[in-house]
Amino acid sequence: MERLEILKTYKIYIGGQFPRTESGRYYVISDKKGNPLANICLASRKDARNAVVAARKACGSWSEKTAFNRGQILYRIAEMLEGRKEQFVAELIKLGSTQKAAEKEVELSIDRIVYYAGWADKYQQISSTVNPVSSSHFNFSVLEPMGVVGVSCPQDSSLLGLVSTIIPVITGGNTVVALASESLPLCAITFAEVLNSSDVPGGVVNILTGTQKEVVATLASHMDVNALVGNTKDFNSFSEAAVDNLKRLISFDADWTKPEAHGLHFVSDVQEVKTTWHPIENIGGASSSY
Amino acid sequence: MKSKKTESSTSWLYSPSPESTAHISLRESYDLYINGKWEKPISGKYFDSINPANEKHLAKIAHADQADIDKAVKAARKAYDTAWSKLSGSERAKYIYRIARIMQERARELAVIESLDGGKPIRESRDIDIPLACNHFFYYAGWADKLEYAFPTRKVEALGVAGQIIPWNFPLLMAAWKIAPALATGNTVVLKPAETTSLTALKLAEIIHDAGLPPGVVNIVTGFGDTGAAIVNHPDINKIAFTGSTNVGKIIQKAIAGTSKKATLELGGKSANIIFDDAPIDQAVEGIVNGIFFNQGHVCCAGSRLYVQESVAEKVIQKLKDRIQTLYVGDPLDKNTDIGAINSKEQLQTIDKYIKIGIKEGAEIYQPACNLPKKGFYCPPTLFTNVAQSNLIVQEEIFGPVLTVQTFRTVDEVIQKANNTPFGLAAGVWTDKGSRIFNLTTKLRAGVVWANTYNKFDPSSPFGGYKESGFGREGGVHGLSAYVKLS
Repeated sequence: MERLEILKTYKIYIGGQFPRTESGRYYVISDKKGNPLANICLASRKDARNAVVAARKACGSWSEKTAFNRGQILYRIAEMLEGRKEQFVAELIKLGSTQKAAEKEVELSIDRIVYYAGWADKYQQISSTVNPVSSSHFNFSVLEPMGVVGVSCPQDSSLLGLVSTIIPVITGGNTVVALASESLPLCAITFAEVLNSSDVPGGVVNILTGTQKEVVATLASHMDVNALVGNTKDFNSFSEAAVDNLKRLISFDADWTKPEAHGLHFVSDVQEVKTTWHPIENIGGASSSY
Repeated sequence: MKSKKTESSTSWLYSPSPESTAHISLRESYDLYINGKWEKPISGKYFDSINPANEKHLAKIAHADQADIDKAVKAARKAYDTAWSKLSGSERAKYIYRIARIMQERARELAVIESLDGGKPIRESRDIDIPLACNHFFYYAGWADKLEYAFPTRKVEALGVAGQIIPWNFPLLMAAWKIAPALATGNTVVLKPAETTSLTALKLAEIIHDAGLPPGVVNIVTGFGDTGAAIVNHPDINKIAFTGSTNVGKIIQKAIAGTSKKATLELGGKSANIIFDDAPIDQAVEGIVNGIFFNQGHVCCAGSRLYVQESVAEKVIQKLKDRIQTLYVGDPLDKNTDIGAINSKEQLQTIDKYIKIGIKEGAEIYQPACNLPKKGFYCPPTLFTNVAQSNLIVQEEIFGPVLTVQTFRTVDEVIQKANNTPFGLAAGVWTDKGSRIFNLTTKLRAGVVWANTYNKFDPSSPFGGYKESGFGREGGVHGLSAYVKLS
């Protein structure tokens, strides 16, 4: 007798848990032939607000981890993803990829996470400065995470776009509320399972499925979201709502399928700059001339 | 109620708490790791590695000579030409990450072997040496595909084959400091550990092998000074990286003068640890102890010259003596041990020689009463007070648990005294006043200055000396410069 396959329920990811949307709503995604693939949660404004609360709660401990530790955790994500490569390839094929394109997308996603894992304890070294002010002060500027960052993931990619936009944001110590691609959401939720099993604390990344109109609009006007990352063209409809708390709008535009579509600026763009002045005592004539 | 009278004892002893050695695997004899294979030395010569804590034999180690080094350099050259230089930075990174991960998995084994072979307390090898070594690989792995950020607007190329010679005080950590940045920048490596501490480097060879690195990218060759000289003088080596004594550093610089070989030298030190009267005294005392007795004082940046502000000198010295009384000297594998075994008989003789010189120079010696094990090489923690700046024990590196104590009155005076040395590796400053720290960091001629802490290391933080403590930096962005050709 043939064994009946168990189908997976795709849910959203908030605070390290996988609830269904509080709204109870769903939408259907289909393969290229029009056959239904899965019922996907149509996340509500309330789900978005819950996710922001979870992200804010995770913010302190995530940003206070040592840079090295964050790097280790990011590397762990890559290890977990490598182990589940087949599953992602299969899912991408369901969504319409060829085998070859799917493999390439997963491999590039893994390598991209490894790339940012390396940045975790280096971006500060490249981006910080010691400023030679004309007074007796030791003056230095360092980067600090902005806080809770909303990410509107690229619409045309299921895994790679999501990885390429959320990983650099958390590399710098921010926490994220991300909206997956509306038409290609499967890998986003499966990637949440990877995050959930790789020492990433709950709430650091929250992933919702649904529409930009509803979720991104909520994040854009939310007073406790510090920045919004997304496509330049997507921002037009949200930029006005973002003014209320002077939310930073940060454009991540790139062809993510290119191996070189990564870089320090994806980390450092989502950072504030903090400058500290510290006095230098100037007594004593002993010089350092020898 | 009748209370039972408690016995009071003058000394409270901890029960022994030895780390298990049951889980480690050591071969009886180790060959040379050349071109991805274990090769017997051409001469057929081996030497013994012993445990300095009890003088017991641990393993036989191959003694490489010029012919073996030539083989290793040829393997490294071939690996550079045909494999390593052809890889992208991100692929190199993945190999180095693998090394870091396997080291982390085998960390406890490495820690136990490090303590067995070198005599350092298991607490230090377990909590400091080995984690730092793993982290160093992890850190530099991440640089391999980001070199354009470290050297903007420059074309970055590897140098080629790096010859690396490391000391016995932090065997695995120094191997990591050498190999990790060399690989990240695309070089291949011939590394020689010190003759008294070859084992963890050979274990690292196993790990590198398990990580699947192309044969010849890392070659580990064991031996004595003659082996090191064969590396330094080999014509097909592009870079020499050396950590060790200033004397040998000078010999190396002379040997490669006039050749195109690049060099970085991390040499001796006689670092000042300065205590101001506003310092948190108890914390400072801990810092003094850590500064000089960490790793039996076998630390190039050891805070071996203590300067205490006169107004608090009496108090600090008394507290220091009290604290030293409580230090446990003994079995390195015991988790209670603070000071383990001196690395070798030879080094113990050197330390004893300096202690005698100190006494002869008229300094006042203080050593706590402690029962040293009968077998093995041990030295109690030692203080010298009433010393003068011109005393030999103040001027020369002892490389043991011996601290000289001087006093000072003004900031000026202590800067002059601290800088009055041919060395310039590190310094410590203890004061409550931030502005004073920055005054001193700008005026002390040393590569590292620790403020209200001592002997801190991190893969992201550059380390290296001024003056006769050597040149070049290891760690951080600056550590990459040692292994690249920029154009």
